[in-house]
Amino acid sequence: MNTESYWSIFINASLVNNFVLAYFLGICPFLGVSGKMETATKMGGAVTFVMLISSICAYGIHALLVAIDAPFLQLISYIVVIASTVQLVEMFIKKMSPTLFRALGIFLPLITTNCAILGLALFQTNKAYSLSQSLVYALGAGIGFTLALILMAGIREQLEFAEVPDVVKGTALTLLVAGILSLTFMGFSGLGS
Amino acid sequence: MSTRITNNTDKKAEPSSTDEFIKGLWRENPVFVQVLGMCPVLAVSNTAQNALAMGLATAFVLLMSNILVASLRNFIPKQVRIASFILIIATFVTIVDYAIQAISVDLHKNLGAFISLIVVNCLILSRAEAFASKNTIGKSIMDALGMGVGFVLALFCLGAVRELLGNGSLFDVAIFPESFQEWIIMILPAGGFFTLALWLIVFNYFKVKKAKG
Repeated sequence: MNTESYWSIFINASLVNNFVLAYFLGICPFLGVSGKMETATKMGGAVTFVMLISSICAYGIHALLVAIDAPFLQLISYIVVIASTVQLVEMFIKKMSPTLFRALGIFLPLITTNCAILGLALFQTNKAYSLSQSLVYALGAGIGFTLALILMAGIREQLEFAEVPDVVKGTALTLLVAGILSLTFMGFSGLGS
Repeated sequence: MSTRITNNTDKKAEPSSTDEFIKGLWRENPVFVQVLGMCPVLAVSNTAQNALAMGLATAFVLLMSNILVASLRNFIPKQVRIASFILIIATFVTIVDYAIQAISVDLHKNLGAFISLIVVNCLILSRAEAFASKNTIGKSIMDALGMGVGFVLALFCLGAVRELLGNGSLFDVAIFPESFQEWIIMILPAGGFFTLALWLIVFNYFKVKKAKG
């Protein structure tokens, strides 16, 4: 059992070891939907939500797999169970709250195969977190992801008006900005330990 | 002579298997041109050895899943195809994960969760969906080999630059003299972003130059 305090888990997941800028997880949506502030915020919300759900799923599956002594099924069952749970939740939200469903939109199914989600499930298993610790970890990771996405979107909106040489346009420019953001986040190291 | 001409026209009508192979290396390079599968590319390219191991593991999964998807393409119902592809990929990733653990515990520790994360590498799923599910086994093999080699090459390019500048060595062999001041930043996460950005700029430079004639 891991005895890390909730506060330290939260700070670690959101700032010190930010999923996007330190672990490089979820780079595809980070590069893809960070063009506009509004979509970035929605995407961040959807990812945090899915992370919380998949964190609970992963905790349950891990307990089950340990009970039946089949650790080699871990990866397969994680991805299948998380994907189908998100699908179920999506149907549930569609029925209960169409407004929320519209707000999350296409992002909900897309992020199921986002590596940040699976990465979170694998990391929390490796670190042997309890259920409540896992939930705090998921919340921290989700907020960290949202933070990185919003920062990126803010910078990219400003860059629209900048004059950039042809060769740097597009992904290269985004990556350079991401590198600088990553440097900034290194300033948080040592915090919350 | 006449057979040669017919061969050439055949090539134009339908890309040959060599062409399926070549396209992954340069024209449609998965990392530098399509910008797919970025997470492992950035995360484990801090040394040339890690990068190469990760590239080979991904290429293996890509090849095996392409073969299986291509051979099962007529049996998988359209509605559940993505789920089936992911299951197939996850199976091979589990095999690779255990194989690497058996070969070298150190390497497994270095790569960590990123081997498992090959499952969600968009490159593999996109090849299964866009190519293997529509083409014959032979062509899918060539496609997977091309894309795989292209991916390994790209990872190696990144890993080599980062290790050389960040550690002054290549494959743990010191290249620069003792007096060389290491660029620590290159091994850190930020260095990954910068190196990839620079490689993309190099590729863009050639693209822009070619477009201008």
